[in-house]
Amino acid sequence: MKYSLSSIGQKQIMAVTGLVWAGFVLSHMIGNLLIIAGPDVYNGYSHALVSNPLVYLAEAGLVLTLLFHVVKGIRLTIANRRARDTKYALTPNGAKSPRFQSRWMIFHGSIILVFIILHLLSFKYGPGIREGYITTVNGVEMRDIYRLVVEAFRQPGYMLWYVIAMVFVGLHLSHGFYSSFASLGFYHPRYSPILNKFGYLYAVVVALGFIVPPIYVYFVL
Amino acid sequence: MAGTVQRTINVKLRVWRQPNRDTPGHFEEYEARDINTDASFLEMLDIVNERLIKENKDPIAFDHDCREGICGSCSMVINGNPHGPELGTATCQLHMRKFKDGDTITIEPFRARAFPIIKDLSVDRTALDKIIAAGGYISVNTGNAPDANSIPVPKADADEAFDAATCIGCGACVAACVNSSAMLFMAAKIAHLEKLPQGRVEHEQRVLKMVKAMEEAGFGNCSNTGACALSCPKEIKFETIARLNRSFLKASVKRRS
Ligand code: HEM
Ligand code: HEM
Ligand code: SF4
Ligand code: FES
Repeated sequence: MKYSLSSIGQKQIMAVTGLVWAGFVLSHMIGNLLIIAGPDVYNGYSHALVSNPLVYLAEAGLVLTLLFHVVKGIRLTIANRRARDTKYALTPNGAKSPRFQSRWMIFHGSIILVFIILHLLSFKYGPGIREGYITTVNGVEMRDIYRLVVEAFRQPGYMLWYVIAMVFVGLHLSHGFYSSFASLGFYHPRYSPILNKFGYLYAVVVALGFIVPPIYVYFVL
Repeated sequence: MAGTVQRTINVKLRVWRQPNRDTPGHFEEYEARDINTDASFLEMLDIVNERLIKENKDPIAFDHDCREGICGSCSMVINGNPHGPELGTATCQLHMRKFKDGDTITIEPFRARAFPIIKDLSVDRTALDKIIAAGGYISVNTGNAPDANSIPVPKADADEAFDAATCIGCGACVAACVNSSAMLFMAAKIAHLEKLPQGRVEHEQRVLKMVKAMEEAGFGNCSNTGACALSCPKEIKFETIARLNRSFLKASVKRRS
């Protein structure tokens, strides 16, 4: 039995790749809050990021981990559905209710995947300097990503889709964060319950933080 | 008994009837009348079955043996919960006083691809034995029984091993799990042996072999939903699974190197 195809091995791969993305979304969320500080700060930050050669390494890491996460997630979900081939009329409830979001992971995950693809197309691979989205900050010419983001979030449909997608990111993390530590074998009688609560906090902070830019642009700016 | 109030209730049952593995099943309704609230759930089914037999009808098949919560035979899903609504209680230890007069109670078999239905509420749980056969043992020379205390075991380890050893192999964890995963059962068996010096030696081999056997038997993977531990009549802790995950990671790394 190969580790990478074993039931526990696949879960541990999901856990590590999920945690990498959990780290990325937190830092990306904080970075995007800079939109409140205005165009120069936001553009300057984005420019500093994309002109750092290390960004290619980070991007390759993100693509690779997401690929593994998605492939393993789909494989596990298929195997799991197959293992329960007949349906119950009723499922565990009351004092025996399981963690609520745990059975929706493939559902949130699929929405997040669609989001990421559309998101990259509209922002990362969206109109740039050649299309006139250009600005100068402290004498340096750079892409006016601020203008692009603001134009996007001024459209109600766009703003709403981002808010909804971010709710799913939060729900995914609300189970995923804690779950990944269990998958990797972390358990401690005192710290595990704290970690569980921290997972919920992490999910709420990331989701709310991401909801700020679209709401701010649409309602405040 | 003098002074105690006799209370009886009437309940309606929706019971899964299925003649055998290959014939599709369906729910059938039964009235259970004048059930003493001190009766156990299985005694209530006995009463319904006696009536069915008198009426020349096919009684409801269900598994039971010890009726004192130690054998793991009784297996049914009551209103969605394996072993019913009470935490830490096997179906045979569940009493009718937990239900109200007029309640409708839905009773289904444990459902999992690895647990084919034999008849009605009775399922074939041989798949759990296959996991045990793959590594849930210790290798010792036969002969006279060794002296009980020849190998000292620290109290804390003995306690942990004993907690894990209370698993009665009922399969409720599999029944509760959306993925029909046997992780809690397997983790309990592994933790039980891991904590004892006699079991420690083969621990890593055991983990690798039993996980493989679980996959081959058609059980699903763990999604850390926690449903298993909540349904476990012996309250095997969810952490036991995290410990198995750690052992599996370690054993896999060691096997590589
Ligand atoms: C922002 C992006 C994402 C983050 C931060 C993330 C994070 C996580 C984490 C931490 C876990 C827990 C792993 C474990 O239980 O060991 C997880 C589980 C899961 N993820 Fe994601 N994920 C993301 C995107 C996706 C995508 C795009 C999909 C698939 C289409 C997906 C599908 C799943 C599934 C199905 C599980 C549950 C696996 C199981 O328990 O059997 N995720 N995710
Ligand atoms: C309010 C929400 C968000 C805003 C305003 C936002 C904004 C942006 C912008 C402007 C870029 C382009 C950066 C550049 O190319 O210079 C970007 C890239 C990216 N975003 Fe977001 N983002 C948001 C949420 C998310 C979420 C929730 C995810 C993941 C689930 C995500 C994943 C990514 C990825 C993977 C990149 C590409 C990074 C790279 O290639 O270096 N974003 N985002
Ligand atoms: S872990 Fe609990 S629920 Fe699972 S087989 Fe053992 S006693 Fe039954
Ligand atoms: S009949 Fe033995 S545990 Fe219930």
